[in-house]
Amino acid sequence: MRNLKSVALIASVAAVLSACSSPKLQETPVVEKAPVAEAAPPADTSRDIRPVETGNVDPLNDPKGVLANRSVYFDFDSFAVRADGKPVVENHSAYLTKNNGRKVLIQGNTDERGGTEYNLALGQKRAEAVRRAMNTLGVSDGQLEAVSLGKEKPKATGHDEAAWAENRRADIVYQ
Amino acid sequence: MKKQLHSLLFSATLLMGSAAHAQLRIEIAGVGSNQIPVAVAAFADESVAPAQVSAIIRADLERSGVFKVIDARQAISDSANVDLAAFKSSGADALVVGSVSKMADGRFQVRYKLHDTVKQTQISQLADAVSARNTRLEAHRIADDVYEKLTGVRGIFSTRITYVKQDGPRDYKLVVADADGEGEQIAAHGKEPIISPSWSPDGTKVAYVSFELRKPVIYVQNLVTGQRTIVANEKGNNSAPAWSPDGSKLALALSRTGNTQVFIVNADGSGMRRLTTSNGIDTEPRFSADGQSVYFTSDRSGGPQIYKMSVGGGQANRVTFNGNYNISPRVSPDGKTLAWISQRDGGFSLYAMDLASGQEQRLAEGATEPSFSPNGKYIMYATKGGGRTALAVVSVDGRIKQRLSTQAGNIREPSWGPFMK
Repeated sequence: MRNLKSVALIASVAAVLSACSSPKLQETPVVEKAPVAEAAPPADTSRDIRPVETGNVDPLNDPKGVLANRSVYFDFDSFAVRADGKPVVENHSAYLTKNNGRKVLIQGNTDERGGTEYNLALGQKRAEAVRRAMNTLGVSDGQLEAVSLGKEKPKATGHDEAAWAENRRADIVYQ
Repeated sequence: MKKQLHSLLFSATLLMGSAAHAQLRIEIAGVGSNQIPVAVAAFADESVAPAQVSAIIRADLERSGVFKVIDARQAISDSANVDLAAFKSSGADALVVGSVSKMADGRFQVRYKLHDTVKQTQISQLADAVSARNTRLEAHRIADDVYEKLTGVRGIFSTRITYVKQDGPRDYKLVVADADGEGEQIAAHGKEPIISPSWSPDGTKVAYVSFELRKPVIYVQNLVTGQRTIVANEKGNNSAPAWSPDGSKLALALSRTGNTQVFIVNADGSGMRRLTTSNGIDTEPRFSADGQSVYFTSDRSGGPQIYKMSVGGGQANRVTFNGNYNISPRVSPDGKTLAWISQRDGGFSLYAMDLASGQEQRLAEGATEPSFSPNGKYIMYATKGGGRTALAVVSVDGRIKQRLSTQAGNIREPSWGPFMK
């Protein structure tokens, strides 16, 4: 009885210590084998190690990952997602369907030309195009909100086509 | 005539510069036809008050473009006996006189009289006790009285305006100022844009759109208490708030259905209902003067045009037919004139249309975001110049132009406040 108790104690201590990755115990408890029983013994996982990837973060936060790209660009007077925007839509849709607790604000923008309120509505059309594309790829309504900043927050402050092209844009913003 | 105008300009800018915290400078160009010659005397003892009453009156009357202001070159008290015939011979049809005295309780007694030099009779008078702070306002009220007695139209000199000022990439202010640009006060200040401010008809509140929640949301702020409520934060955009003439409702542009449409809501945000039903963009609603219709911008026929429909719903009728891009409808207080912005020949211009005849007239070039004065005689708008945006004013007949310029910062989105008691 005393033997069993101490064996059990040592076994459990050994299991705990090996799980903490501390130096292995020298002593190995001797277990008396039952001579007859043919039932398969339960798997002994006491020496298994479960690996941890240190520094593994949400793919969303990987600056080199595809999800770092969150902008979809549009042609002048256009509200259709171009071919070059489709990978952005697809990558974020894939992430959001896997992580359906996450929500995004899709912020549409226009270039500086035109009226304030009308441009707010045009920017919203761009956001809505992205939203619809993501919805079609399976992202639920509750995770998506299409809004607009109109021409109020230009990323590029120039007054030429290069600046205007940069500002005709919808951004995916995680909440 | 030109020499006269120069001396008027000089005296106007000099006056603006001498006032404390003057933020805007008024430059006047163009004059009205058939100006009424009015002589304005200095008020007796007016230097006891912090604001020079006669100077403010003179500046207001000059800025209106309606008067040829003659300096009486002397102080004349309201209690003095005046040789009105002499003033008539000097070319004045009317004479403004007055006095200021300091009262025992620290307030100022301001008295004024308006004389008709032709009929040699007194037309009007006012006498009020005002705080030091309100002597400026009292001067504007006297100017309003002169304007109303001589033109038959209520004056706007004692009204206020609100506008958005951007002083840096992340510095936005909602500013309230007197109609002449003096007395700037900050109503709201933050890092995110503010657009589309709109005065309530009783002048106590301003509705506006703020991007502080990373999307456009409509707030109504009580100017006196600073308290504000969110009137609309539906999914998507919430923008373009416009008050009904009785102040009980707001028309809004919301994108909660997927595309931007016009909705109507009670002033406290309750009772929201959809008004327009198109598959395109319907935005920038404005109530008609009788509150029974709503004008709005719609691109249902391709490019943006202005339409009108009943507040009860139903068919929308198109109002603008010239040009491919017509936005920002504004209705005059008497309901007879529509002002809006039209893109013609590559630029944006301010147009006005007589709604009865449909006749349109271009009032100003390089204009956006117009706002009628409450007497319907002037339109304030935003304009670009020297790399910045600033405010300008044009009379509804297009003859009188004023530019309000600042030292720095971009000013836009003006909204002209209502008449106050």
